[in-house]
Amino acid sequence: MLEWLHKPWPWYVAGPMIGLMVPALLLIGNKTLGISSSLRHICAACLPAKVPFFQYNWKKEAWNLFFVTGVLIGGCIAATLLASPDPVNVNEKLLIELQQYGITNHDTLVPVDIFNWASVFTLKGFLLMVFGGFLVGFGTRYAGGCTSGHSIMGLSNLQFSSLVATICFMAGGFIMANLILPIILKL
Amino acid sequence: MQNKEINTDFETRSLDAMCINASEINHPWWYNFKYIIAGILFGIILTKAEVISWFRIQEMFRLQSFHMFGVIGSAVVTGAISVFIIKKYKLKTIHGEEIDLQGKPFNKGQIIGGLLFGFGWAMTGACPGPLYAQIGSGTTVIIVTLISAIAGTWVYGLLRDKLPH
Repeated sequence: MLEWLHKPWPWYVAGPMIGLMVPALLLIGNKTLGISSSLRHICAACLPAKVPFFQYNWKKEAWNLFFVTGVLIGGCIAATLLASPDPVNVNEKLLIELQQYGITNHDTLVPVDIFNWASVFTLKGFLLMVFGGFLVGFGTRYAGGCTSGHSIMGLSNLQFSSLVATICFMAGGFIMANLILPIILKL
Repeated sequence: MQNKEINTDFETRSLDAMCINASEINHPWWYNFKYIIAGILFGIILTKAEVISWFRIQEMFRLQSFHMFGVIGSAVVTGAISVFIIKKYKLKTIHGEEIDLQGKPFNKGQIIGGLLFGFGWAMTGACPGPLYAQIGSGTTVIIVTLISAIAGTWVYGLLRDKLPH
């Protein structure tokens, strides 16, 4: 059992568990699953700057900030107490492709060859972390939700708008990963 | 009196935030600790399922692995069945409140914003949830990505009236 916990969890275990977060949050406090709103609450709390979009009572949404703090702690627990002993399993083809870009280390879930403090100041690192992060924050708020809010919660509620959003998330990802990202990784 | 105030607040927010707080009950702040527990569970699942893995995201968008499609697909099916049961039996929260699920109207933001987020997702290998979990799992540099994401949200808020919706 313990050994099983340490290994990466298969999709048919993890997926339904993620799905169960939806009723769990609804039942414990009438909350709908969503993460990207936390970014907005942080803006409203730290730098509202008279922008109407950030003028609301963010304290009433504080539960969401508690929730994401938990996600951070959860990541920490999973990476320490439940750490997997083996390198991350990556598709052979992808490994070969990534080797051309100098990404050979797959010991961790985030490739340290490109995501490290020194690379923030290189063009590649800047594009991937700073610009990429900007797109995540801008895009999710523009779309009104992220993978959890739209793709899991919204689709569970059979919302048309969430279906459109999910299709666009995927389309954007396919375009970036296959057409643009190879150019960035070659930098 | 207070209810009225909360309701107008709710109106504005419901246009933008998915995680609107539908609860009308005012609990002491420490009630929020239950959401830390829920968050910890969510963070552990995301990490152990490798949803926070940049490699898994690349595999998904290159159709090299079924894993992510399996995770999202089975999560949606489980979530949808749960929501169906909650609606059908009009289940209440543990505080006896009626569960209120607001739909979200369609607007162009879901297309334009959705595509932009898709770009960012493939670049960073993370959607907002995994960003937090990646930092927790020890890749501290992702703090930079998170701050950028907050900046992106802020710039959206600033430009919101000028953007097509």
